[in-house]
Amino acid sequence: MKVLLIALGLCLSLSLSALAQAKVAPNASADPALEARVMVIAEELRCLVCQNETIAASHAELAIDLKNQIRIKLTQGQSQKEILNFMVERYGDFVLYRPPLKSTTVLLWLGPFVLLGIAVLMLVLNVRRRRRGEQPVAMSDEDHAKARALLASPLGTPLDTPTHNSHQ
Amino acid sequence: MTSTTFKRFLPLGIFIVLIGFLAIGLTLNPREVPSPLINKPLPQFKLAVLSAPDKTIAAQDMLGKVWLLNVWASWCVACRIEHPVLVELAKTKQVAIYGLNYKDKSPAAIAWLGKFGDPYVHSLVDADGLVGIDLGVYGVPETFVVDKQGVIRYKQIGPVTPEALRDTILPLVKKLSAS
Repeated sequence: MKVLLIALGLCLSLSLSALAQAKVAPNASADPALEARVMVIAEELRCLVCQNETIAASHAELAIDLKNQIRIKLTQGQSQKEILNFMVERYGDFVLYRPPLKSTTVLLWLGPFVLLGIAVLMLVLNVRRRRRGEQPVAMSDEDHAKARALLASPLGTPLDTPTHNSHQ
Repeated sequence: MTSTTFKRFLPLGIFIVLIGFLAIGLTLNPREVPSPLINKPLPQFKLAVLSAPDKTIAAQDMLGKVWLLNVWASWCVACRIEHPVLVELAKTKQVAIYGLNYKDKSPAAIAWLGKFGDPYVHSLVDADGLVGIDLGVYGVPETFVVDKQGVIRYKQIGPVTPEALRDTILPLVKKLSAS
C-alpha cells in the first residue's frame, strides 16, 4: 500500500513537472536533416519516465531534455554510437530499446528460440510416437456389412441426412 | 514415478514454476532501474548554491567526507513525503545532506524550504537539469550516498523512507565513515 502511494506520488510529481514545462518550446532545430538524425537516435532510447515509450515518442520532460542533449551532441560532431554510450553510462542498458547481446542478456535473446526448439522437438517426438502406435484397425465381417449398408443407402451417412430440426 | 503420472503432472509443474516467476515479479518495482553509476566517481559539476547564488560548490570540494546528495524540487509531490524524514535525519547530525535542486525556480525552491524546513547543508542549483542527466536522474526524488573518495556507493530511487534509512543508508554511511 505504501509502495503504491509512493508510486502514485512519483507519477503525480512527474506529470506535474511535465505540465509545468509544457509551455517551454522543445528547442526543435530549423534544420530538418538534423532533426531527422535526432529522431533516429531518439527511437533507440527508452524514456525512463514512461518506460514503454521511446524518447522520440514521449513528451515527458526528461525525454525532451535528452532529445536536446542528442541535438547538442550531434552538432558537436558526435556519432550515434558515442551518443548511445553517453546515455548507457548514465542510465544503464535499460535505456536502450534494443538491449545489447551480452552474458546477462543471453537468456533474453536466445530464450524464445530455446523454447521454440523444445516445442518443435516435443511435437516431432509426439507425432512419431503416435505414428508408431497406429495399428491397422481389424474389421470383422459384421463391420464390413455395416459399412456396405451405409454406403449403399441413398441418404448417405446419417450426418448428411437433413433433419426437421434444421428448420427450427 | 511412472511416465504417465509424470506426464499428468507436467502441466501442473510448469504452471507452478510460472506462478513462482510471476510472484517474484510482483515483488519487484519496475520503476527501480539499477544505476550504472554505483561504484563510479560522482560526475564533475560546479553549481551555484541556492541560498547564495554567487557561491559555487564543485564535486571535488566534497572529497574527504561521506555525504548524501538528495535530488529534489519544489514541484515534486513525492519530495513532500520524504522531506520530514530528511529534516529529522539532519537534526541527528549523522551525515551531511546536500540538495540538488533539480529543474526548479530558485524563489519557489527557497519558499518551499521555508515552509517545510531545510535539512540541507547547501542546495545546489541545477536549473537546466544537466547535472541531473549526468547523474542518471529520471524521477525526483533520488538520493545518492557518496563516500570519502567521491564515489557513488548507493542510489535510493523514490522517497527516502525511515525503513530505507535505518536498514540501508545509515548502516552504509557508518561503514563508509569508519573506513
